[in-house]
Amino acid sequence: MIIRQLSVFLENKPGRLCAAIDALAKAGVNISALSLADAAEYGILRLIVDQPDLAKQTLTDAGVIVKAHRVIALAMKDEPGGAETILRLLADAEINIEYMYACVGHVTGKALMVLRVDDAEKADAILKENCCDEINPADIYRL
Amino acid sequence: MPYRDKTAETMPREALRRLQSERLVAQVARCYERVECFRKRMDEKGLTPADIRGVEDLNKLPFSYKKDLRDYYPYGLFAEPLEKVVRVHASSGTTGKRIVVGYTENDISMWAECFARMLTAIGVTEKDVVQVSYGYGLFTGGFGAHAGAEAIGATVIPMSSGNTALQIQTMIDFGATVLCCTPSYAMYLAEEIERAGLKDQLKLKAGVFGAEPWSETMRARIEEGLGIKAYDIYGLSEVLGPGVACECEAQAGMHVWEDHFIPEIIDPDTGEVLPEGATGELVFTSLTKEAFPVIRYRTRDICSLNYEPCACGRTHVRMRKPSGRSDDMLIIRGVNVFPSQIEEVLLKVCGQDVTPNYQIVVDRVNNNDTFDVNVEMSESFFTDDIRSIDRLERLLVERLRSTLGIGAKVHLVNPKSIVRSEGKAKRVIDNRQGKI
Ligand SMILES: [Zn+2]
Repeated sequence: MIIRQLSVFLENKPGRLCAAIDALAKAGVNISALSLADAAEYGILRLIVDQPDLAKQTLTDAGVIVKAHRVIALAMKDEPGGAETILRLLADAEINIEYMYACVGHVTGKALMVLRVDDAEKADAILKENCCDEINPADIYRL
Repeated sequence: MPYRDKTAETMPREALRRLQSERLVAQVARCYERVECFRKRMDEKGLTPADIRGVEDLNKLPFSYKKDLRDYYPYGLFAEPLEKVVRVHASSGTTGKRIVVGYTENDISMWAECFARMLTAIGVTEKDVVQVSYGYGLFTGGFGAHAGAEAIGATVIPMSSGNTALQIQTMIDFGATVLCCTPSYAMYLAEEIERAGLKDQLKLKAGVFGAEPWSETMRARIEEGLGIKAYDIYGLSEVLGPGVACECEAQAGMHVWEDHFIPEIIDPDTGEVLPEGATGELVFTSLTKEAFPVIRYRTRDICSLNYEPCACGRTHVRMRKPSGRSDDMLIIRGVNVFPSQIEEVLLKVCGQDVTPNYQIVVDRVNNNDTFDVNVEMSESFFTDDIRSIDRLERLLVERLRSTLGIGAKVHLVNPKSIVRSEGKAKRVIDNRQGKI
């Protein structure tokens, strides 16, 4: 399933991450997945939230840069080899995975993953064809 | 090659020097008699007009300063009574009290001639339609360009500034071939025209842009965006207005009209005249101005003068585009740094049409200058990819080093995090005072 992820630019200053997450909590936004990419000087905070529009507005008002991107959310079987099947499907289709991370909660027997790929539509179609997309939107947005 | 006034513009330098000497002696005598501020300064130095026999004595004369215009506000520096003054212009002054300058009828026509020389040099004739989009009013831009274009017999559209949609409509409907405005407004017009897809309806061939600093990058963008040749013009209201110095068709520096003005380059700290070709503060003496003459006026603009003959055949010295103002100049680790140089790098690297907001922070730690440049991140160059942000930062560091000759630390910061006062960001924070 294609979902919206928010990417937030974080300056290299103490408390920036806290401030962003605080602002979201105050606005009543729930975070269902979060990943922090770090460089020496900066970070990019990637978020899956239940109310992307409200979250984007809240963060913009708080003075940070936010961009929305389309990413793939999928449920992998929480057992050995669960990820491998999916990664092979995408590799065979020559789809590049830029990064992936796991969601904070999980549905029984499944691990929920977020993938950023270079062609989200194509990836989504392939996963659907191969029945690897058994995920309920409610699961991903409300964990 | 077309000249407006061939005799004056191509006068051999020897003859030009004699003319300057003659005019300088007369101007000094006149100012000594009529302008209290100048007389006092001459007296303090123990000088009388008789001590000034020609341009060789120029460096004996006292300097004059922008502050004088505030101290003698409004008319205290005028050398003519108000009945001879036909117009005043004033500048709002972004820092402090405004200043006022005056013009006699002769001053106005001399001004028009200076501007007209440039228009002729770049091929503008009576057949052209000149849209003047400088502001008309107390600011000198509008009236200066207007008079110059009228003097050559061109058709003038006195648009003044603002109302971009109407500007573009007028340009198209009236078939404007020449545009006069500030370079930043030209850039804005170019963008709007591009957005509306109207470029092929324009008849523009040239533009005369000045009154604010602009870079070669901006020039290239304006030329591309409007499909024109963009020429630089220099002036300041204390000396005349736009037209003190102008680019010719060779576009290799701006000719200072030396029959009316003597430029000098001095060391801004010691006041000493620097050798030919050196970079320093530009100083002007106006030889023929009647209502508001200046003697050795400190412009605070930093540039150099080039006395080599120009391809166009004009003998008048060329000034390089000022690289900054002396009061903006920073000395970091012994190297002169101008905010405008940093701006140019940002404009090139970030690929934006508007320079991102930035701030320079200089400090001294363990006897060494630290040099940090904070650049506000903007949505247009933020991507979800950490490598591309790293790349941007590295590129900024490299370009700053190659442009300035010293290394700076670059920090990408949140938008609007650089403090603004009155809408303008404070560009430089220097914390070195008192630190060894
Ligand atoms: Zn020339």
